[in-house]
Amino acid sequence: MSSTTTSAPERDAAGEPQREGYFGRFGGQFVPESLSGALTELTDAWHTASHDPAFLAELDDLRRNYGGRPTPLYRADRLGAEAGLEVWLKREDLAHTGSHKLNNVVGQALLTKRMGKPRLIAETGAGQHGVATATAAALFGLECTVYMGAEDCRRQRLNVVRMQLLGAEVVPVESGTRTLKDAINEAMRDWVTNVETTHYLIGSAMGPHPFPTMVRELQKVISIEMRTQFAAQAGGSPDAVIACVGGGSNAIGSFADWIDEPAVRLIGVEAAGEGIGSGRSAATLSEGREAVLHGSRSIVLVDDEGQVLPAHSISAGLDYPGVGPEHAWLASTGRGEYVGATDEDALHGFRRTCELEGIIPALEPAHAVGWLLRHGREHLGEDARVILNMSGRGDKDVDEVVRVAGWDVGVERAFRTESDS
Amino acid sequence: MSTGASSGPPRGADRIAEAFARAASEDRAALIVYLTAGYPDPETSRACLRAAVEGGADIIEVGLPFSDPIMDGPTIQAANQVVLDAGIGLVEQLTIARDALAGSEVPAVAMTYVTVADTRGYARFAQDCADAGLDGVILPDLPVLESDVWRVAAEESGLATIFLASSVSSHERLDAIAAASDGWIYAIGLLGVTGVNAVDDGPTRELVAAIRDRTGTPVAVGIGVRDRETANQVAAFADGVIVGSAVLRAVADGEASGAAERVRTLVADLRSGMARG
Repeated sequence: MSSTTTSAPERDAAGEPQREGYFGRFGGQFVPESLSGALTELTDAWHTASHDPAFLAELDDLRRNYGGRPTPLYRADRLGAEAGLEVWLKREDLAHTGSHKLNNVVGQALLTKRMGKPRLIAETGAGQHGVATATAAALFGLECTVYMGAEDCRRQRLNVVRMQLLGAEVVPVESGTRTLKDAINEAMRDWVTNVETTHYLIGSAMGPHPFPTMVRELQKVISIEMRTQFAAQAGGSPDAVIACVGGGSNAIGSFADWIDEPAVRLIGVEAAGEGIGSGRSAATLSEGREAVLHGSRSIVLVDDEGQVLPAHSISAGLDYPGVGPEHAWLASTGRGEYVGATDEDALHGFRRTCELEGIIPALEPAHAVGWLLRHGREHLGEDARVILNMSGRGDKDVDEVVRVAGWDVGVERAFRTESDS
Repeated sequence: MSTGASSGPPRGADRIAEAFARAASEDRAALIVYLTAGYPDPETSRACLRAAVEGGADIIEVGLPFSDPIMDGPTIQAANQVVLDAGIGLVEQLTIARDALAGSEVPAVAMTYVTVADTRGYARFAQDCADAGLDGVILPDLPVLESDVWRVAAEESGLATIFLASSVSSHERLDAIAAASDGWIYAIGLLGVTGVNAVDDGPTRELVAAIRDRTGTPVAVGIGVRDRETANQVAAFADGVIVGSAVLRAVADGEASGAAERVRTLVADLRSGMARG
């Protein structure tokens, strides 16, 4: 193993010195030996690149001029009035490809070029990471295969087509629960097989070291921009930063630059599906236990025998029975607060963001909005100033939302005449 | 090698060493047969484990199913899922192994994933395996660097820990694997998962040689041994040959009532290919 990358925590909850790749007791590198070489190579490449001004300049140029950064920070007054709070939205939905995912992908794709590998593979849940990876593959001339649960291919059809248009091969995964967890399994199997030519571009702050640290550092741009923008536009620091958590990349990116500022509360909103305790939830940090999944020790939905339990969420991007190890650590130390929003909360957040702000949010951040509208004020107190990371836009979700919610929208309604009703 | 307890190598490691020594004394490689416990049903599973021993297996790997087996291809994945869907839990899986293999001189090791062992608690899992008569454990997603706590538990229960080595393992990692592995060292025969492609001959020979430069512990090759021909090819340069998916395919290839006979026939055929020269 090479030396540590930029800013992994140097202390754990007990103040003990930190092992490389660990956040307290969470993290590590639980992978088949066949991946050992690739992980060492990646750790070294990232260490070198993240200290190389030329790499950082290229990344910065791509983020600005290709990716559309910085994304705006916008004071959402009508949503704020309904929540009884001062609400600011960090508009990652306006970034190229429609979510925060490109921040990480561009960085890892540049690394892939530096490592001389011609092929990218990725897992995707909602399809946003798959689209971002397919985008970077097109941009850099890399071959690209994206694994996506068969169930998710159905509910995120638009993103399947986008990936294909961008030149990626989309492989539906029929094993297990046919969702994100199984897509990750299949991507891991591909990587074990093709490790010499392929980089597995993990899309969340999860997986074996160095991914959780590297993805955090690449997503940290969100909170760095938040800090500057909030200071200029609102003054000072917010009382809380709120983000949805599946694997946790947009959340760790939103939290990273505030972790050492204890006055800023960090609130992660997990998908509670049909409710905490219903047996149909993806609220890993509320309902899970310590276990190893997909290369690291974290909090996982597992049964007493170590079998991974199926997660459930209306959102394909949050429908994952694990969570990144740094979130497990932030939860265990109390620095991060993790709450749940149900499918129904998310639909409420989705609808009200459309109606009050003229923004169609992705279902993932709609969980954070739904929680904020229903629980924010009691949790945070009157007049709290909060930044909510609007991590993606909702075009991909409109068909599924209408199907599930049964709202009266659609082409049929447009053609309906008075006499029909 | 033991991790340093004064009592010497675990008891399981002794039984495994004897199995390799018996094979070597007959100038052949040891045949290691993998079967998923509880597949396709408990009774057939017991019969297949016994048939593997009768057919001439020198060591048995008992697969304990996991929901997310990332080192396994479609055949073993499907077998795992059948057992889990049938609600056959770890205690029953271990009971199947114990019932089938009790009293046999053929050693047996558990093959599962770290999540199964860790969630049960390493010490309890190790003791459960030992109580079922198993001699060692293989956890393919537990690298040596993450294994300190597990190895203490395994040693206390008298179990060997078999680590995997790959053609892409660094020199430093091979040193650590050679030092930590008991019973044998599992040399991965290809870059890939179980049951899909055939052993990559050149890199695997080099890997076996690199391990032998470091330790006298036997080296067995697995992943990519598809049939008698590849088994025979690997037997020429390794101390042991591990066959898994091919055996499970024999189990699945027909009525459950004939599964044990198909396993016995296949294992006997593979065993006849273990001879060197």
